[in-house]
Amino acid sequence: MNPKNLKYTKKHEWLLEKEGRGIVGITDFAQKSLGDVVFVELPEVGSKVSIGESFGVVESVKAVSDLYSPCSGIVRLVNENLYAAPELINDDPYDAGWLIEVEIEEVAQELLTAKDYKFFTLEEQEG
Amino acid sequence: MSFLPHTRDEEIAMLEVIGVSSPEDLFRDIPEKLRLNRALDLPAGLTEKAAWDVVESLAQKNKNRGQYLCFRGAGAYEHYQPKAVHHLLSRSEFYTAYTPYQPEVSQGTLQAIFEYQTSICELMGMDAANASHYDGATALTEAALMALDATRRKKIAVSTLVHPEYRETLQTYLLRRGIELIWLSAQDGLTSLSQLEKVLTHNEVAAVIVQSPNFFGSIENFTPFAELIHQQGGLLIAATDPLSLGVLASPGELGADIAVGEGQSLGLPLSFGGPYLGLMACKEKYVRRLPGRIVGKTVDRLGREGFVLTLQAREQHIRREKAGSNICSNQALCALAATIYLALMGPQGLAQVGQHCLEKSHYASRLLAQLPGVSFPFSAPFFQEFVVKTQEAPAAINQRLWNAGILGGLDLGQYYPELENHILLCVTEMRSQAEIEELVRVWGGA
Repeated sequence: MNPKNLKYTKKHEWLLEKEGRGIVGITDFAQKSLGDVVFVELPEVGSKVSIGESFGVVESVKAVSDLYSPCSGIVRLVNENLYAAPELINDDPYDAGWLIEVEIEEVAQELLTAKDYKFFTLEEQEG
Repeated sequence: MSFLPHTRDEEIAMLEVIGVSSPEDLFRDIPEKLRLNRALDLPAGLTEKAAWDVVESLAQKNKNRGQYLCFRGAGAYEHYQPKAVHHLLSRSEFYTAYTPYQPEVSQGTLQAIFEYQTSICELMGMDAANASHYDGATALTEAALMALDATRRKKIAVSTLVHPEYRETLQTYLLRRGIELIWLSAQDGLTSLSQLEKVLTHNEVAAVIVQSPNFFGSIENFTPFAELIHQQGGLLIAATDPLSLGVLASPGELGADIAVGEGQSLGLPLSFGGPYLGLMACKEKYVRRLPGRIVGKTVDRLGREGFVLTLQAREQHIRREKAGSNICSNQALCALAATIYLALMGPQGLAQVGQHCLEKSHYASRLLAQLPGVSFPFSAPFFQEFVVKTQEAPAAINQRLWNAGILGGLDLGQYYPELENHILLCVTEMRSQAEIEELVRVWGGA
């Protein structure tokens, strides 16, 4: 299930907004499609991310994919646990598998709700 | 015997298939005025013997190693090449410049490359090495691309005491990518640290590139450069002569993030400038950005040891457009030569060669110091090369030496206009005491 308090991108990232900060991760659908994640490359703390631009890379046994930011701002935290245990992304994509925390300047306008994202992924699967 | 690739009949058959009447028709898209419209003005064919004679007489115009005493380095060095290197290298199984893709038929070559990488890591004090590059200049430039990619920055600070040709290669690669190169000037034969301190602001510089021994032969201390650039979140790219690492601290110990170098000094001939060997190694943090090929050791399903290409750059196959580099070729045979050389010498042997280079070059400098008009502009410690300032024009000195069968040092004025009447001299373990004394005697005009 995709949590209702999150917003989603069509590139399969999620955003949790609270008090000017935004936590970003990839969705359950994304982790299932990728398969076992073996490596993740995250930006440096203090660097800038921009809406729709790549901020890192996630590598699985099947593919290597860019991570696209759902918001603009400054990276304040990165999930360093992922360097030693990238499988957290598979095990717990919406919590322990989070990627970065951003001090938000702007959030993308076209983000999807949990329900819309669900339909979007269904269509993509049929696609 | 004819070496023509196809007969007239075959030509006609091919032309029929593609629907043109003559080979000339294949050129019809090229405007008439741009065509030669006559046969090429080529000499008549030669017999094999006559052709051989022509080539041999041309080859005799070259001067080869052994026909003169070499006191020139400047990036290519005459060191002893143990005979075993050549012997093992001439095994035809190793004759490929390419990294083998298929582990099922290439275990020997893959293992040789793996051992090469291991040697380079130990020598450089690094965690991972790739399967090599074309030469030191390419390796240096690829390291710069790595740093730009890793930091997502657009500026690189480069010592002007990095080999001038390496700097040219760097410029060729980087200028059209919109990368700004910041040149660090020289002070007393060493790279200016205070200038680096001034240019490092706002966390904008991806890396600083320093070479040691630098182009003047002086030994740089990488550590303060590493500290400064690390405070700014950038990388230190250290270029080095691997042969010096038997006696000098490794780039890894001194804080470098990426180490590169020209591997020619490890058992490869001067050979008119190539093929040479680009060394590259890095700290573990950057292993996934390492360009080119990397061989890894693994086990198969039965638990047997095996070697395969690894971490393979997802970049090169899956995401070419996102890759920091698309370089794929390496110098497998030259890398093998370096591996055999390092295995033969061992850490002790390498330290001995280094010691000889140190002592002999310092002996030469002490003798030259006694000549009138000769002085030493720099006081920095040096390894096997040093700069001599002269009153007499370098060309005149070198002509006198050449007439006596000696290849003198490099006239630095052609690379550094401010260094008119400065000669870069190199003395490796190859030169005997008598030969060094002969150099000084002829130099002095006696």
